Amino acid sequence: MPLRLAVSVLAAAAIGYEILLIRLFSIIQWHHFAFMVISLALLGYGASGTFLTLVSRRLGLDDLHRERRLGVAFMVSAALFSLLAVGAFALAQRVPFNPLEMAWDPRQFWRLWVVYLLLALPFFSAGTAIGLALMRARGKIHRVYRADLVGAGVGALGIVAILFVAPATTVLVLVGSLGLVAAGIAGLDRSLGVTRKWIPLFGIAAVLFVWIWPQSWLAPQPSEYKGLSKTMLVPATRILAEDSSPLGRLTVVASSRIPFRHAPGLSLAFPDELPEQLGLFTDGDSMSAIDLPGSGGEVSYLEYLPSALPYHLLDRPRVLILGAGGGGEISSALHHGVRRVDAVEFNPQVVRLVDGLFDNPEQSPYRRPGVRVHVEDARSFLARGRDLFELILVPPLDSSTVAAAGSQSASASFLYTVESFGEALSRLEQEGLLAVSRWLKVPPRDSLKLFATAVVALERSGVDAPAEHLAMIRSWSTVTLVVGRRPLAPRQLEALRTFSRERSFDLAFYPGIEQQETNRYNRLEAPYLAMGAEAILGADREEFYDRYKFNVRPATDDRPFFFNFFKWSVLPELLELRGRGGTPLVEWGYLIGVATLVQALVAAVVLILLPLGALGGAGQQAGGSVRVVVYFGALGLAFLMLEVVFIQKLTLFLGHPLYAVALVLAAFLVFAGLGSGSSAGLEQAMRRRARVLLGTELSAIEVSILSLAALSLTYLLLLPPVLRSAIQLPVFLKVPIALALLAPPAFLMGMPFPLGLARAADLKPVWVPWAWGINGSASVVSAALTPILAIHLGFGAVTTLAAALYLVAAASFRGLQKE
Amino acid sequence: MRTATRCVLATLLMSLVGVGGLLAAESYEQKRRELMDEIRRDVQRTSREIGRAQLDDRVMEVMAKVPRHEFVPADQRPYAYRNRPLPIGYGQTISQPYIVAIMTDLLGLEEGDRVLEVGTGSGYQAAVLAAMKTDVYTMEIIPELGREVAERLERLGYKEINTRIGDGYYGWQEQAPFDGIIVTAAAAHIPPPLVRQLKPGGRMIIPVGGPFRVQQLTLVEKAATGEVTTRQLLPVAFVPLTGDH
Repeated sequence: MPLRLAVSVLAAAAIGYEILLIRLFSIIQWHHFAFMVISLALLGYGASGTFLTLVSRRLGLDDLHRERRLGVAFMVSAALFSLLAVGAFALAQRVPFNPLEMAWDPRQFWRLWVVYLLLALPFFSAGTAIGLALMRARGKIHRVYRADLVGAGVGALGIVAILFVAPATTVLVLVGSLGLVAAGIAGLDRSLGVTRKWIPLFGIAAVLFVWIWPQSWLAPQPSEYKGLSKTMLVPATRILAEDSSPLGRLTVVASSRIPFRHAPGLSLAFPDELPEQLGLFTDGDSMSAIDLPGSGGEVSYLEYLPSALPYHLLDRPRVLILGAGGGGEISSALHHGVRRVDAVEFNPQVVRLVDGLFDNPEQSPYRRPGVRVHVEDARSFLARGRDLFELILVPPLDSSTVAAAGSQSASASFLYTVESFGEALSRLEQEGLLAVSRWLKVPPRDSLKLFATAVVALERSGVDAPAEHLAMIRSWSTVTLVVGRRPLAPRQLEALRTFSRERSFDLAFYPGIEQQETNRYNRLEAPYLAMGAEAILGADREEFYDRYKFNVRPATDDRPFFFNFFKWSVLPELLELRGRGGTPLVEWGYLIGVATLVQALVAAVVLILLPLGALGGAGQQAGGSVRVVVYFGALGLAFLMLEVVFIQKLTLFLGHPLYAVALVLAAFLVFAGLGSGSSAGLEQAMRRRARVLLGTELSAIEVSILSLAALSLTYLLLLPPVLRSAIQLPVFLKVPIALALLAPPAFLMGMPFPLGLARAADLKPVWVPWAWGINGSASVVSAALTPILAIHLGFGAVTTLAAALYLVAAASFRGLQKE
Repeated sequence: MRTATRCVLATLLMSLVGVGGLLAAESYEQKRRELMDEIRRDVQRTSREIGRAQLDDRVMEVMAKVPRHEFVPADQRPYAYRNRPLPIGYGQTISQPYIVAIMTDLLGLEEGDRVLEVGTGSGYQAAVLAAMKTDVYTMEIIPELGREVAERLERLGYKEINTRIGDGYYGWQEQAPFDGIIVTAAAAHIPPPLVRQLKPGGRMIIPVGGPFRVQQLTLVEKAATGEVTTRQLLPVAFVPLTGDH
């Protein structure tokens, strides 16, 4: 019993560490390393299986009579997890890896490798310990497996909860110390026969462990190229407030000598000084500014930003702001005489932090009269409420640097999709406007994709002539798009022209625009925006999408990758242009995803499959049966695919990727664990049921897989409308609904692997380590492959592919039985 | 005898070091020449975007002389003559030589012109401007970096460059107006005071993008009438539509 508890604790620690690493990577570098963390964790686990296969006989661990040796090996591996969880992180931080230099310096790829392998080590040691416990369990393997999965499920939820109350550094040592705790608990298991007088030492070690690490080893050292790092080098800057949660690390900075002067796209016609501002950084980057009224300077600068356009087209509208952040857009709305503002901000910390900055809380933009705050996700808010607005604003939330780096290209956003724009349009009054602002990239990318998204959203809402509803202007660094629920009125077009002329902003599009009106003040080499807008509105839209060298097709909820502009066909040209300033045209986030995939493939082969090949005889025998490879490989690929699909689907439903990751991981682990635990018991019942219902002889594996494939395809059709209809519910109801939806597929997904493993063991015991290794390798690869497939094919296609892979596995199993 | 041997050895060693130094200098010069050839070729291929088939001869001559390896940290010297940006500490980079050449050329400076640089960085761009025989005023916001660079420029003999540590937003009022201004510090908007310090007919260049990535060059031009226009230039020959070359 204590051993199973130890397994649970260690499994919780390992998954907690995985989620924590994703968080730490976001603080240190940028967030596009999340899939690399998932892949390296799986690699550590997979390699541990291979390792155990190779060494267990040599060390005598396969001899059940040598319990003590096995017990000691478990305790050593668990204790090593502690050491490596903190040690490998501290070492990885010392690797001078700079993703921004990857285009220029091949050494960066090697450094990424070192980081990847170092961070796989803690998972390797945890995997080894759990593998040992599984080896020892033999007849009761499902109990240990259940302890592992349930522990991991609790860990996934627990880490999110603890990150709300403790900083990541503290959580790192706490999670690390759990290895020692697990080792101590295992020592209490009488059946292992470990000398018990040593046990208290583990307790003491676990407590000491939390204190011994020097702060300099633990503290995340953010990249020197992040906005906050650079800002803090400016004299007389100081951190005013800081708050950390799983949603991000927020930092408020005051710069008393050299003001921030953050006014994206400010017109050169602005005659005065900017007001004093504070800088609000998320994970050390993506700065937004908080104006300090009454500090000197003029908030009238807000009238000179392109984003002020809608206030000149509407008369003091009722405003909804999606993503209020530091409150700049609230101030702008109030400055323009708006009486009622609904501000949606998904991160409660932001609101709390901004409120806390003002001596008189009434001065906080969130507390000003007429402002209503909604702490929730923008899409949930759009789907939930019934109120209509005259103006819905979407300000740019990322920093210009992040936008320029193209680092978000692999990350999903449900705010900039056709469905999202459609929902926003449906929340507008008849005369209402949707206004979206973004940084301007040259040649245009975001701006054209925004335009295309709005066009399709209008078309889907039944508008015949979308051109009549659209207007777009730009300054030298930002773009503002305005979408009307009704055609824009002539007086609005007149106001648009006046507004732009007075501020030297360029007209990119409005109904009836003349060529000579474009590209006047901030000249591009050609009027790309106007040309693109015209092509998107015309009959040759598809041809334009194909011919344009960036992907500007609108994003949808099925393929929510607004920030991905990458096209493989253009890569050779861009790489050739590298020496001539072509590097910024490459979307690096996507390529890092591809690099992760290559890395995962190589690592899976070198660290899992080749060592197994070294087993010689086993390799040849297994090589004889391609079916084992296909069966366990397909399971590994498909499991992760469905997991990633569910994470994406629930991100929109639950409002934040982090909640979705934690809930999906926890649910998959627990329900798959239950499925796996019940698989042996249900086998006979399932065979019988299949015989009665289908009149044919089907194994439990086939029943579970066929049900799973059918269920996946049913979900593909039914999940979106079900989730859409429930999105407006409060979170405490949404979580059980999500769990109820996850339970059936996860339960079924837990069955084919242990059943197949048992069958393989019956047929040829030497297949077992191979099955384990191949499944592990396929999971490692799938974690990196799935996001790329989703970008190109969409989540619907990924679901179908996963179902097909399960069917392939079933067919291959049938063949295996006949052999 | 032993003393004599030691003397001979020491002399040999010294001469080897000397020869090594000479060889290094020569190899740097060779690499610099190769780099300039590369830039020349690149410019020709980008002629349409930057509006000229070749850069001003003076810019090319100057860039062939300024020792870029002196402006990078010791561990980056082996890469000093590669056509790439390099890290210089403080979250800053020294720009890609190709971009430096184009920015210098776009300013269209004449001998004796007065030029302001906001964001001294490594000091390389200032050295290039000074070698064009212009009066250079350069400002750096990070004090440590500013002091390091001032010493470096002094050591390398660029004594005529005027350096200052401080906020570049308001320019250098005492020395205004300028024929050219180059703003390498990240800016969310074009600082109006700098536009005011630009002479009629003057030009201001702002590279836009993140570290290691100059995405586009914003060229601000002030006409003789005082009217201000900006142009967004890609430093690269890239047409965003296929079949449109």
